[in-house]
Amino acid sequence: MTTRDPPVLTITQATNAIKHCIESSFPLIWLQGEISNFKMQSSGHLYFSLKDAKAQISAVMFRGDASSLKQIPKDGDNVIVRGEINVYPATGKYQILIRELRPVGLGELLQKLEELKIKLLKRGWFRPEHKKPIPKLPKIIGVVTSPTGAVIQDILNVLSRRFPGFRVIINPVKVQGEGAAQEIALAINQFNEHNLVDVMIIGRGGGSIEDLWAFNEEIVAEAIFNSRIPIISAVGHETDHCIADYVADIRAPTPSAAAEIVIAEKAQLLKHLKQSQSRIEQALLNLVRQDRHRLQGIKKQPLLLSPYALLGPSMQRLDDIRSDLDQIITQSIMKRRLTIDGRQRNLQSLKPTTQIAHFRQKLSYWDKSIRAAMLSKTTLLKKNLPEKAETLASAFRAKQDNRGRLLDELGKRKQLDQNENRFLKLRKERLESISAILHSIDPKNVLKKGYCILFSEKDNSVITSIQAVEMQQDIRLVLSNGELLSTIKEIIPK
Amino acid sequence: MNKENIEASKPELSFENAFVRLEEILEKMNSGSISLDDSLKLYEEADKLIATCSKRLNDAEKKIETLIKNRNGDLVLGADQKPVVQDFK
Repeated sequence: MTTRDPPVLTITQATNAIKHCIESSFPLIWLQGEISNFKMQSSGHLYFSLKDAKAQISAVMFRGDASSLKQIPKDGDNVIVRGEINVYPATGKYQILIRELRPVGLGELLQKLEELKIKLLKRGWFRPEHKKPIPKLPKIIGVVTSPTGAVIQDILNVLSRRFPGFRVIINPVKVQGEGAAQEIALAINQFNEHNLVDVMIIGRGGGSIEDLWAFNEEIVAEAIFNSRIPIISAVGHETDHCIADYVADIRAPTPSAAAEIVIAEKAQLLKHLKQSQSRIEQALLNLVRQDRHRLQGIKKQPLLLSPYALLGPSMQRLDDIRSDLDQIITQSIMKRRLTIDGRQRNLQSLKPTTQIAHFRQKLSYWDKSIRAAMLSKTTLLKKNLPEKAETLASAFRAKQDNRGRLLDELGKRKQLDQNENRFLKLRKERLESISAILHSIDPKNVLKKGYCILFSEKDNSVITSIQAVEMQQDIRLVLSNGELLSTIKEIIPK
Repeated sequence: MNKENIEASKPELSFENAFVRLEEILEKMNSGSISLDDSLKLYEEADKLIATCSKRLNDAEKKIETLIKNRNGDLVLGADQKPVVQDFK
């Protein structure tokens, strides 16, 4: 074989290639057709065909997407679907995987909705700068809804659960059908006109797009936009969106959520208050604890452990002063008492009667003494008298005798005196002659005559012989009126 | 603001001011450099503020009313030209 075999694909390869081609070509497609062979599996997935007069496409809608359907479709329904084309390799069939399904007729409504949305968007009604802030603590809450619907009940339930007291004014309106939009718009205007509420919730429960349609009308959008009072919209379920939601100041996913938004701040404030309360209590407790701690510390100070520690010295000093005072007072009293005693004694002694007695006593004493002295003296004198007389007599006699003897002796003495004088004269003469002799032999007198005395200078002895001197010996010569010093020059024996 | 309004607004702090004051008090009490006496005074003040604020938040009387309308959907007005309401049941 010279020519190459054509490439052969497996069925799977081919199917996958086809799947890739088709699926990437139709990621999103809108189809309109009639439902046939409708089947709902127990899994919740929907299987059916969409057909028109000349063709049909298999269709599948999985449970996740099907759950948002307001109504389960049935055979013969004319519907518009949005989805993507999908190849199912097991049967080799292509099909549409439906994400969204709406009954036909809606198409027009949807188009109107889109047109209005664009119109209002161009007017700037959806712009954030037009959003009014929701008052934090609204006193009165207005609700524009059906008085018989679930919305008002949901709102009241939430409010009642959160707060014991609140004020709500309901402006009852039709929320669907003919004239509903006008009523809703009027209600919004009425709340504004009479300034009845601080915030309002407008809304209704879930339903089909037709049911919710009043909230897509321009007249409602206009009333919302022109309202001075902030508006929270709560229309349908979380997945439903309408024009009113876009124009309103806040969109709440559900009526309950709208009620929560209204009271959020109040709840927040109350929570904050509670927290503040407990924080302040805690702070106070901490302070008290801290101070108690400090107090305990202070109480442990030795000064405070015993009252005496603080007051002791003062008490002691007080006692000292008191005992000093006692002593001083006692002493002073004693002193005074002594003085008084002394004075009393003085007085006693100075009392005239006492003095008289005293003098009398003294007098009698003196009297007695004088008498006694006189008596003893006279007695003594009397006793000595004879003795004295005798002595005098004998003395007189002795005197007489003595006088006779003295006269004799006087005669004898005269003679003796004459002898004696003679003898004395003799003696005197003798003495004078001896004295003259002595005078002549006094060495000093001899020296005056020209003699001299030699003294050895060595030992101060008198030299009387030539043997007593040597050559060159120093000698001293004593003359009558001085001394000479000389030296032996020669010794000449005799 | 005329004189009357000033006097009327005096006794009660606004919520914002009350909350600011509460924060101040808390800060002071947590600073630790405050005497017990002062802290007790502050606590008292805070307690009063909290009580007043809570009262103002909780005291609203529960009142659920509904507006009365005539057949044309217009509000029925009372003698004082104010819309007439009735209790909602």
